[in-house]
Amino acid sequence: MSKPATTPSVRLSSASAIGLVASREINTRLRSKAYLISTVVMLFLIVAATLVIKLLSGDSADSTVGVTGPTTQLSAPLQASAKAIGQTVETTDVASEADGRAKVADGSIDALLIGDGKNLQVVVKKDLDGKLENSLNVLAQQLALNQQIVGLGGDPAQVEAAVAGARVDIQPMEKPFDYNGQQLVLGIIAGILIYMSLLINGQMVAQGVVEEKTSRVVELLLSTIRPWQLMTGKVLGIGTIGLIQMVLIGGVGVASGLATGVLTISLSAALGTVIWLIVWFLLGFLMYSIVFAALGALVSRQEDVGGAITPALMFVIAGYVVGVSVLPTDPGNSFVEVLSIIPVFAPTLMPMRLAMGGVPVWEAVLSVALVAALIPILIWFAGRIYGNAVMRTGAKVKLRDALKSA
Amino acid sequence: MENLRLEIDAISKRYGDVVALKEMTFDVRAGELFGFVGSNGAGKTTTMRIALGVLSSDAGEVRWAGEPITVETRRHIGYMPEERGLYPKMKVAEQLTYLARLHGMGTAGAKRSVAEWTERLGVASRREDEVQKLSLGNQQRVQLAAALVHNPRILVLDEPFSGLDPVAVDVMSQVLREKADEGVPVVFSSHQLDLVERLCDRVGIVRNGQMVTSGTVDDLRSGAAVRLIVHAPDAPRGWADRLPGVKVLGHDGEKTELELEPGADDQLVLKAALDTGPVREFAHSLPSLTELFRNVVTEEAA
Repeated sequence: MSKPATTPSVRLSSASAIGLVASREINTRLRSKAYLISTVVMLFLIVAATLVIKLLSGDSADSTVGVTGPTTQLSAPLQASAKAIGQTVETTDVASEADGRAKVADGSIDALLIGDGKNLQVVVKKDLDGKLENSLNVLAQQLALNQQIVGLGGDPAQVEAAVAGARVDIQPMEKPFDYNGQQLVLGIIAGILIYMSLLINGQMVAQGVVEEKTSRVVELLLSTIRPWQLMTGKVLGIGTIGLIQMVLIGGVGVASGLATGVLTISLSAALGTVIWLIVWFLLGFLMYSIVFAALGALVSRQEDVGGAITPALMFVIAGYVVGVSVLPTDPGNSFVEVLSIIPVFAPTLMPMRLAMGGVPVWEAVLSVALVAALIPILIWFAGRIYGNAVMRTGAKVKLRDALKSA
Repeated sequence: MENLRLEIDAISKRYGDVVALKEMTFDVRAGELFGFVGSNGAGKTTTMRIALGVLSSDAGEVRWAGEPITVETRRHIGYMPEERGLYPKMKVAEQLTYLARLHGMGTAGAKRSVAEWTERLGVASRREDEVQKLSLGNQQRVQLAAALVHNPRILVLDEPFSGLDPVAVDVMSQVLREKADEGVPVVFSSHQLDLVERLCDRVGIVRNGQMVTSGTVDDLRSGAAVRLIVHAPDAPRGWADRLPGVKVLGHDGEKTELELEPGADDQLVLKAALDTGPVREFAHSLPSLTELFRNVVTEEAA
């Protein structure tokens, strides 16, 4: 079967070489059970988290109180006094006292107000919830006060209006940022997500590099494409996978938060958080994973990967630990503020701060610019180390040797 | 096509103080099978890696079709590295398609070629299996397919026969011959010298990073001392000891093996043999490649 000796076309642009490598990575990972399982688990966790928050706080009333006959008129004052101490009480008209007692007994209402509407009497199944008791006490005091005001010839409504308007006048030296509790939670979730994602996908890059070294397939690959193309393709491929995961989790998280009503911040704020999360994932992933790729190339066995990338990993972990331990209680911490601008810590700290809000625009822009400026420098270094070390199997290649030798 | 020659021109490479290659020079012509032999550590693998661009050389040039080889033209090479390597967890067909595409093939062409070569090399039934699930012999076949799947214009194979069963050796030999007949320069290294002698058009012997000698096996023999086998049953021991320019190498039963120094007259030897009685055999013995190789290696020791 002698064929004519035509010379086939072997042109392969850098872009298509990188594209081929990247799509192999994507295909392999998308079909790997580990990836599918970790994605499903993370999606499950984020949906579960919103449901738990919903159950714990929820927007349903803290308690339901039945009113009947004369006590019906107390329903508005009760809700007002409950609100004054941060409780929500729902009232429901019941047909008769007997009917109300039956509802208390079966638990469909927490308490039943009875009596003439002047003195508060309440029927409960066993004991009165402490917070509801507080609300009722405030109401009782209010009723007593009103009676005294009427007795003195005053108008309770007028007094009430005057009292309600009285507030301490705060004069801040600096304008504080009003941190929203939900955004703090969002910030922590953003921090955890980006940390896990950098950790998982970054290590995947290093392991992938070593896999090619261990299986020696790298020699065959490097006989067709250049080391930097292989490295870039791998980083981009795994980055795409990580991005898909991040978008999926962020999107499902926000959607479930909004759907369950747990998230009451505006849609644009929620989307802003997700978009910042993605931007920082991309920046952080690029920055760390090219370093991981270079460090991974120094060793030849999977069990050495951990040791090789630990120095770089420490920065990811340090940023994350500082973030989750300081920011939730002190979101404006100035130490964290400084750290979050330094490129090696920015990818974990900045998205947390951004989700929590109150980051000056110049800080957000500067931190992005610094990381973006660092990446090309890292690519140059990493490409050099990778190219020099990836063909050397056996003992761990010293970083210094990999940097200097050609 | 006459021009499609792979030239290795004065390649040098050192690792620190160790000289791995010293002006290694040879060429592989289009349509020729070139056997690359040498002891372990002589520089065969280093030479091949440099030709493939996986290693850089300190000096010298690799040319194909008269032009210095580039990243682009290197994709014409089918390569089988000494350290076999494929992705263990990737399926055979997928892996071969990927490698073909890295060599610049289109998807459709790559798939067709993968189907052809897996069929040809007897691993068609394993296309959808992960490489790590294959036996070592079948992994070798896949490795060969990886070198051939992009329809290479040059073949560089490092120890392609090691670890193959006899059937696979035959298949491999056939395939290499066929590629050579298509006009492809084929160079491979091997320690199986009888195989090299049988298969190769030309042979190069490497020692300490240098090409010591290269040419057809007959060319290589011409430089070697002439050996004679003489079967003279009645001849007493030591009948040839006194003959000028003749060295007795040994006796094998009634046969005597002699080596002639350059210029020594074999007819004098025949006469001396006839003087002892009948001569049943008087033959020039052709040294095998193994012997030639051993001579080259002994020279090194001397």
